[in-house]
Amino acid sequence: MKRPRISLSAVVWLLLAAAYFIIPLFATLLISLRSTQTGKCCVGANYAWVLHNGDFWHTLRLSALLALETIVISLVLFVPTIYLVHLKLPRLRPVLAFMALIPFIVPPIVMVVGLLRTFKGSPDWFYQKPWGFLAASYVILAFPYMFFSLDAGFRSIDVHTLTEASQSLGAKWPTTLFRVILPNIRAAALAASFLTLAIVMGEFTIANLAAFHTFPIFIQFVSESQGFPAGALTLMSFGITWAAMLSLLLVGRKRGQSSRIMAGAK
Amino acid sequence: MTFLQLENLHRDFGTVKALNGINISLGEGEFLSLLGPSGCGKTTALRLVAGFDRPNQGRIVVDGKDVTSVAPNKRDMGMVFQAYSLFPNMTARQNVEFGLKIRGKSKGDRAKPVDDLLELVGLSHAVDRYPHQLSGGMQQRVALARALAIEPRVLLLDEPLSALDAKVRVQLREEIRRIQLELGITTLYVTHDQEEALAVSDHVAVMYGGVIEQMGTPTEMYTAPATPFVAEFIGTMNRLEATVVDGGSGEVEHGGMRLHVDAAKGRRNGERVLVLIRPESLELEAATNGGAPNSFNGEVLTQTFLGPVTRVKVTGTGTNLIADMSTARASALPVGARVSAKIPSEGAKLISLPDDGPGLPVLADDQ
Repeated sequence: MKRPRISLSAVVWLLLAAAYFIIPLFATLLISLRSTQTGKCCVGANYAWVLHNGDFWHTLRLSALLALETIVISLVLFVPTIYLVHLKLPRLRPVLAFMALIPFIVPPIVMVVGLLRTFKGSPDWFYQKPWGFLAASYVILAFPYMFFSLDAGFRSIDVHTLTEASQSLGAKWPTTLFRVILPNIRAAALAASFLTLAIVMGEFTIANLAAFHTFPIFIQFVSESQGFPAGALTLMSFGITWAAMLSLLLVGRKRGQSSRIMAGAK
Repeated sequence: MTFLQLENLHRDFGTVKALNGINISLGEGEFLSLLGPSGCGKTTALRLVAGFDRPNQGRIVVDGKDVTSVAPNKRDMGMVFQAYSLFPNMTARQNVEFGLKIRGKSKGDRAKPVDDLLELVGLSHAVDRYPHQLSGGMQQRVALARALAIEPRVLLLDEPLSALDAKVRVQLREEIRRIQLELGITTLYVTHDQEEALAVSDHVAVMYGGVIEQMGTPTEMYTAPATPFVAEFIGTMNRLEATVVDGGSGEVEHGGMRLHVDAAKGRRNGERVLVLIRPESLELEAATNGGAPNSFNGEVLTQTFLGPVTRVKVTGTGTNLIADMSTARASALPVGARVSAKIPSEGAKLISLPDDGPGLPVLADDQ
């Protein structure tokens, strides 16, 4: 079969787009490989410095755990809520969609000040700890990503019929949710989770104003004080985000491939 | 003995009365079709029986027990839906054994009934396929097996064939009936297709405007419709509004013309009636000068080839009639030909019309 020809203009645009992303990264890579002492290329000392820095691992662990906590809280809160809205209260969907837009509309600084004031009187175990105040703030911050991803997932399946089919076979609500509905919105839940992961791993404003030492704060600190290691750290943080995205891509591709194989066997 | 009983069921949605007091009694192992046009309340009735909705008034009794307030997951009702309802994340086998898993049956206890059911619906070769690998007909077969796996007290089918193409529909409806008879399961079937309902049911209930217009065997429904709506909905029917002019001899008048109809004998003179004649009962022949008795003269307006027969539409003074005849005979009466349509005095049915009531119901086909 003859391969479709790619036009020259398409190739040019693709190269331009690729250059837009690749050149800054390549420049960062070159900087990250320069020696702090001599300023010459190419050594791996900056990567070693980052990997041997206790704050790197501490802040990375804190942000990763915060991301995990945010994802769990968001899924527990929003999956049943959006399921219920789709099933029983479809009129509430536009209200939820509007509420989900608020974190986009309100400037982060305004939201942080508002959240700090709102939670000021709360107990120390909540207000002074990242697992309390910060996680609660991140759940609000991740709401749009969670809502729109899950909403798309629920809209892609026939929630009513699947629920009623499950119930008519004797299933209770939890069984229906966990064994029928959730597996069929898995891709949407994964997308929502990885978006939340990316948001939390890179969130700076709230953590900075609330004085919590998270991974983005560490990156900012290194950027201000250590030029070449900052390049290494930037690339490594990119790598972490890419790894998360790649895992999503692989999960999605795995599903797609199995579908194609099965369709071919028809 | 009555196994499933719907007693005076009412269901309102705001100001709309979806069900306005329906009563149904169904014996064990019987097959009842709820038949009617869109919006007549048939699916609402089925959903009430399934437990997905609650009536405003009335009760549902299964095997002597009132289940009106019982949750759907505790009713033991197997349901096949109009939309494809297989769980996309499960294979055909996993779909069928889902209900058994919920009931705590072990893997060993599940295997045989699941295999038997998949064989019963002719899908032994596709047990490990996912729903997206199955055709629409295969999916509905799996859905049927899944509904039967829990050994339901009542099998509910909500227009299960409406999304399938015509050939598969006919094939699958016969299979549904075969399986229903084999298992002896009480079945409530919702459809808007009168041919489907007549073909598979022990009883048919025609619904319109939230009430049951008539309930009876398929033969009764076809040969003796009790209301103008049923007459119009079941099969094709010629309808002539007439007045009884001589109840003694069975004469009615329609459009200034006198017709002899056996069914009019004993009727009160002056009574408004609807004369019903099936297209296959009308006899068409080329018009003669004198005009045959009990006949309308008119002109062939259209001819429609329907396979076994040709449907001929005849238009006369203020009256349109439809006749079904063999294609060979119809070819002798081309469009525009003058014909005489003989009303069979013994084959025509009569329905009383209220003296000052509304005229005939208007269905989509008339518009």
